[in-house]
Amino acid sequence: MVEEAQWVGHVRRIRDHKDQKAFSELFEHFAPRIKGFLMKSGASESMAEECAQEVMTTLWRKAALFDPTRASVATWVFTIARNKKIDALRRQRRPEPEDLPWGPEPEPDQADVLALQQEQTELAAAIRLLPDKQKELIERAYFGDLSHSEIAAETGLPLGTIKSRIRLALERLRHEMNERLR
Amino acid sequence: MNVKHHIDDATLTAYATGNLPEAFNVVVASHVSLNDEARVRLEALEAVGGTLIEGTDVVEMSFGSLGATLRMIRNETPDMIAVPKTAFHPCAIMPQPLADYVGGSLEDIKWRSLGMGTKQAILKTSKDATVRLLYIPAGVEMPDHGHKGTEMTLVLQGAFIDGAQRFARGDIEIADEHMEHTPVADIGEDCICLVASNAPLKFSGLIPRLAQVFLRI
Repeated sequence: MVEEAQWVGHVRRIRDHKDQKAFSELFEHFAPRIKGFLMKSGASESMAEECAQEVMTTLWRKAALFDPTRASVATWVFTIARNKKIDALRRQRRPEPEDLPWGPEPEPDQADVLALQQEQTELAAAIRLLPDKQKELIERAYFGDLSHSEIAAETGLPLGTIKSRIRLALERLRHEMNERLR
Repeated sequence: MNVKHHIDDATLTAYATGNLPEAFNVVVASHVSLNDEARVRLEALEAVGGTLIEGTDVVEMSFGSLGATLRMIRNETPDMIAVPKTAFHPCAIMPQPLADYVGGSLEDIKWRSLGMGTKQAILKTSKDATVRLLYIPAGVEMPDHGHKGTEMTLVLQGAFIDGAQRFARGDIEIADEHMEHTPVADIGEDCICLVASNAPLKFSGLIPRLAQVFLRI
């Protein structure tokens, strides 16, 4: 996914140079998607608009926390939008797991970044190939209208490769951390 | 951390998709903080969300919304733009998400005695489920805390024995209301657990429907 790899560079430019042009391009691509996602989840148009702007603001603020060896930009955007949804629609706090104490590597290996994007592309292809009924089930779960028991339904998505990729990234970070502590 | 008892896929998926009550979210977020294996599974489930958001129908943003967002960013104070400092530091017992809910460290917890040296502290969450910290002296039986629906227990310190199984720091036990069990704190160390309960985790679209109600107000 050439596009996705390009987004990683955009986030880096926001982190390093507070680059408004990079931000504008990310905004043009992601804000309408976030808005669509929130409206599918039951938000009104005006609420979705406001929340999408806030999600993009968070993206700017947290650019330094983004780790491209563990998530694509789209995945990162999804997690921020999901948390915003819980906050705005349910008026609940969203407890998130503790950040890894050492954060992302300053300049991760480009090969690792590309490998993760590749697997994200394969995942997207696998979802496209699913029978409509299953695709619909997954969408309903992620857009927030699915019971707990239905979620358990087997979809056979290739999450294994993504899992090994993320596991590898975590192991490397831990190793790096231990080296630094020595 | 050598976690032996992991969270199941359905509950982790419900957390990843934002379909769990807040009380259970606190337990899952704490468990993932202590368990790389669960973190890997969670991040993979979130990747599915990334794929969906990439492919979802776009809804055009209002005129001038990029400008409004840039103004919002410019108006933020410098320390809001920097990596947010966490308000409460995690301690050796409580990971960050839990420290945030307790509002401090282990010493700040306002325990209420349940007798026999056991005590509890209920954390403030939305009312659809309850989450509490339980303190059980070594060797003592867990108090009868009566739960409707699913009960999810995460060990933070010490360990407890339930039947033939031992649950230690980072381990999670999920029990439904029909499961008869009397967990006992293992000897050696007092046991501290985080327990979410009183919500049947078989809700059928209940949360989204509630959200609809909120929207109409």
